[in-house]
Amino acid sequence: MRRRKKKDGLVMGELAIQEQSDIDISLASQQGEVLSDSSASVSQRRRGHKIVTIDLKAQFGRVQVLRGINLEIKERSITAIMGPSGCGKTTFIRCLNRLHELTPGASVTGRVILDGEDIYSPKVNPVLVRRKIGMVFQKPNPFPTMSVYDNVAAGLKLNGVRDKAKLDEAVERSLKLAFLWDEVKDDLKKSGAALSGGQQQRLCIARALAVEPEVILMDEPCSALDPTATAKIEEAIFELKKDYTIVIVTHNMQQAARVADYTAFFYLGELIEYGNTEQIFENPKNELTERYITGKFG
Amino acid sequence: MKAFSKARLTKTEVRTWNASANADSLMKVLVAVAAFTVIAILTAIAFELYLNSLPSISKFGISFIWGTTWDVSTEMFGALPFIFGTFVTSLLALLIGLPISLGVAIFLSEKVKSRRMVTRSIGTLVELLAAVPSVIYGLWGLFFLSPLLRRYVETPLHDYLGFVPLFAGTPFGLDFFTAGVLLAIMIIPTVSAISRDVLNAVPNSQREAMYSLGATHWEVIWKAVLPYARSGIFGATILGLARAVGETMAVTMVIGNEPKITASLFSGGYTLAAVIANQFTEATGQLYISSLIEIGLVLFFMALAINTFARLLIWKMKRGMNIRV
Amino acid sequence: MVRRTNDSISVSTSRILMDKLMSILVYAAVGLASAALILILAETLIQGLPILKLSFLLDAPVPVGFSGGGIGPDIEGTLIMVGIASLISVPIGVGAGIFFSEWPESKLSSLSSFSNDVLAEFPSMVIGIFVYTIIVLTTGRFSAFAGSVALSIIMIPVVARTTEESLKIVPKTLREASMALGVSRWKTVVRVVMSTGKRGLITGILLALARAAGETAPLILTAGYSTAFLNGLFNQTGSLPYLIYYYAISPYSSWHAIAWGAALILIAIMFVMNVSVKLAFASKFEETRAEI
Ligand SMILES: Nc1ncnc2c1ncn2[C@@H]1O[C@H](COP(=O)(O)OP(=O)(O)OP(=O)(O)O)[C@@H](O)[C@H]1O
Ligand SMILES: [Mg+2]
Repeated sequence: MRRRKKKDGLVMGELAIQEQSDIDISLASQQGEVLSDSSASVSQRRRGHKIVTIDLKAQFGRVQVLRGINLEIKERSITAIMGPSGCGKTTFIRCLNRLHELTPGASVTGRVILDGEDIYSPKVNPVLVRRKIGMVFQKPNPFPTMSVYDNVAAGLKLNGVRDKAKLDEAVERSLKLAFLWDEVKDDLKKSGAALSGGQQQRLCIARALAVEPEVILMDEPCSALDPTATAKIEEAIFELKKDYTIVIVTHNMQQAARVADYTAFFYLGELIEYGNTEQIFENPKNELTERYITGKFG
Repeated sequence: MKAFSKARLTKTEVRTWNASANADSLMKVLVAVAAFTVIAILTAIAFELYLNSLPSISKFGISFIWGTTWDVSTEMFGALPFIFGTFVTSLLALLIGLPISLGVAIFLSEKVKSRRMVTRSIGTLVELLAAVPSVIYGLWGLFFLSPLLRRYVETPLHDYLGFVPLFAGTPFGLDFFTAGVLLAIMIIPTVSAISRDVLNAVPNSQREAMYSLGATHWEVIWKAVLPYARSGIFGATILGLARAVGETMAVTMVIGNEPKITASLFSGGYTLAAVIANQFTEATGQLYISSLIEIGLVLFFMALAINTFARLLIWKMKRGMNIRV
Repeated sequence: MVRRTNDSISVSTSRILMDKLMSILVYAAVGLASAALILILAETLIQGLPILKLSFLLDAPVPVGFSGGGIGPDIEGTLIMVGIASLISVPIGVGAGIFFSEWPESKLSSLSSFSNDVLAEFPSMVIGIFVYTIIVLTTGRFSAFAGSVALSIIMIPVVARTTEESLKIVPKTLREASMALGVSRWKTVVRVVMSTGKRGLITGILLALARAAGETAPLILTAGYSTAFLNGLFNQTGSLPYLIYYYAISPYSSWHAIAWGAALILIAIMFVMNVSVKLAFASKFEETRAEI
C-alpha cells in the first residue's frame, strides 16, 4: 500500500469525505488529518469503510478529552487503538456507540458516520445504534442475577425473540464463537458471576455476539486476564474478523501486532498516526508513535 | 501493648506511655459501658414488658394471640383484631407506598442524574417528608386526607365496586383504607431513600452492558439495575414495613379505633400500637393493663423480627456488592 | 459465516411506548410524593397561620368557650424534656458511637450495634410502656422526668449512629499518622471527634433532637398532660405533640384551630433543624471534595 505524504506529514483525506454525499465538507476539511488509502478507488473506499469519524470531539464537563478525531474504520477488519493511558481511547470507542453521552456532564460534537448515516443526527435512535454496535468492556461485567444462558440470550430477548429453539441455537453459536462453549455447556444454568474472570470476559463477548451486531468495540478485553485466557480471546477475535468489523483498544503492542490489520495511535486526545499495522510498527511516520512503540515514552 | 514496641522506648517515654495506656483503657471501659447500655436498654424493655404482661399471659396463655374478643366489661382480651389491623394497614401501605417510593428512587438515581439541581431539590423534598412528626400526619389525615378520600375515592369505589367485599360497607373516611394511604405517605421517605442509595451503588458497568446490547432506558432499569439491586430494595421494603407496623399516632387518629376483623377496607379498625395509645391511660384493673402491655410485647417481637430480617438482607447485599465491585 | 437473521434492525414501537410509559409513571410517582408534602405544608399554613400571635406562644391554654389562650406550657414542656433527654442521651450515644467505630470487630460492638439498629426503628409506643413500668409505676405519677427518659431512649440510637458515621469518614491514614506519632488512641479519637467529626456529631444531635421533639406516643404514657406551666420535674407536663393530638381529637373547632397553630410551630422547628443539618452536610461535602 502506497501512502502519499502531505507537507505537514499527514496524508490527505478530504477526497474520501467529499464522496460521502451527506457530509459537511467544510467541517471535515478544517483539520485534514484524515488518513486514507489513496490507492483504492473512491467507490471501493466508500463501500469498504464501516465507520468514519469526522472532527469528533468529546468533553467531560469543560475538559476536552478528544480534540477532533478523523478516522476511517474498514469493514470486516480489526482496527487497534493504542496510546498512553488517559489519551482518550476508551472515550473514543464510547463515542462510536453513543455511550459517552450517558455519563453525566459528558458531551460530543462532530460526526460518526456508520454505513453512510450520521449516528449523532437527531433522527437516529441511539438504541438502534447500540444494537448495531456491540461492546465488550475493560472489566468483565456479566449480569450477576442471570444464568450463563440468560446472559447470552439477554440481547435477543430484548428484541423480542421468544422462540426457545432460536435462543438455544444463538446461545450455543455465540458461546462457541467466544471459545467458551466447552467450558460451560454442562451448566448453562449457573450464575454468570460464578465464572472465572477470563470466562466472564468471554461470556461478555458471547453476549455481545448473540445479537449479531455489525461492529464490535472492545476496550482492553484482555487487560485483566492471564496469557492463556488472552490467547483464547485473541483467537476468538481473529475468527470474528470474517463477519464483523472490530475495533479493539489495547495497551499490549504484541497483541496489536498479532491481531490488528490497522492501528491508530492516539496521544492527548488527538489521532497522531493511523495506518496498516505493519507499517505503524515497522516504519512509523511520526516521532511520537515511534517513541511509543519503542517504549521510550516519557 | 506489644512488648517489642515498648522495649525501644526510653524510661520517660515508658512512663507517659503507661499513663496514656491507662487513660486509653479507662476510656475504652467508659465507651464500652455506653455500648453496653444500648444492649441493656433493649433487654430491659423485653424483660419489663414480659414481667408486666405476666397476669395476662397466665390468664389467656398463647390463645391471647388469636383471641378475637376485646371486651373490657367481661375482661376478655384477645389480640387478633389488632394484629389483623396492623397487618392490613401495613400491607396497604406497602402496596401503595412501594411503587411510589421506587419511582422516586429511580428518578433520583437513574433519571436526571445530570440535572443536579432538580435531583437535589426533589431529594430534599422527599427527605422533608420524613421530618414531619407523625402527629401532624395524623392531624392532616384526620381533617384533610380522610374527607378527601371518602369523597373522591371511597365513595366512587363503593358505588361501582360495592359488590366486592373489599369495598363493601359505608365509607366514613376513618377506616383501614385511610390509615393505609396515610402510612403509605409516611413510609415513602424511608423506602425511597434506602432504595436510592441501593440503586446508586449498582455499578455503572451493569447499566452500560445493558445499553450496549441495544436496550432502552427503561429496559436498562428493569433488566439490569433493579435485578442487581433486588435484595437491597427488599431490605428497604422491610424497613418501610417496620415503620408502618410501629407507627402509632397517625394511625390512631384516622383508623376509627374499632377492634374489628372484616374484609371491608371501609370499616373502622384498630392496630396494636393504636390500642395502647388509646386505652392505656384509661385502663383500670391489673388484667386490662397487663393485656395492653402484652400487646406491646407482641409489637416488640414483630418489630424485632422485621428489623432482624431487614438488617440481614441489607448486610448480605452490601457484602455481595463488595465482592463484585 | 454469520447468517444475519434480522436484516432490517429496528426498535419495536411497543418497546418505545413502554419506555415512554415508564418515564411517565416515574414522574407521576415523584409528583405524588411531592404533592403529599406540599399539601401537608399548605394545609398547616392555611389552618395554622390565622391563630399565630405572640400571646399564642406564651399564654397558657384557657377552657373551651373562653377566647385567647395559647400553648406556652406545651412549648415549655417540649423544650425542657428534649433538653433533659439530650443530657442523658448524648454521653451514652456518643460513647456507644465511638465504641462502634473504634472496636468494630468486638462481639460487644456487633451486638450493641445491632441493638442500636433495632432501637432506632423501634415502635416508640413500646418505649413508652417500658418507661411507664420502670418510672411512672415506681414514682406513682406521670412526670416530665419520665417523659425525658423516654425521649432519651429514642435519641440514643440516632446519636450513636451519627457519631459512628462521622468518625468513620475520617481517613484511616490520618488516624494512623496520629497514632504513629505516639499520640494515644484515646487522644487521637478525641482530636478527631473535636475537629473533623465535630460537624457530623452536631448534625446527629440535631437530628436526634428533632426526632424527639416530634414524638407523641411515648409521652402519653410518661409525661401525661397538663394545661399549667411546669411545676417541678416530677409533675405532669404538656408538650407540643401531645397537645396537637389531644386537641385534634376533641370535638371543639376552637381547639382544632389551636392544634393547627401548634402544628405549624412544631413543623417550623422541625424544618429549621433539618434544613440547617442538610446545609451543614452539603457544605461539608463540598469542602472534602475541594480538599481532594
Ligand atoms: N468520567 C469521567 N469524568 C471526567 N473525566 C474523565 C472521565 N473518564 C475519563 N476522563 C478523562 O478523560 C481522559 C481520557 O480518558 P479515557 O478513559 O478515554 O482514557 P484511556 O485512553 O482509555 O486510558 P486507559 O488506557 O488508562 O484506559 C482522561 O484524561 C481522563 O482523566
Ligand atoms: Mg481505557
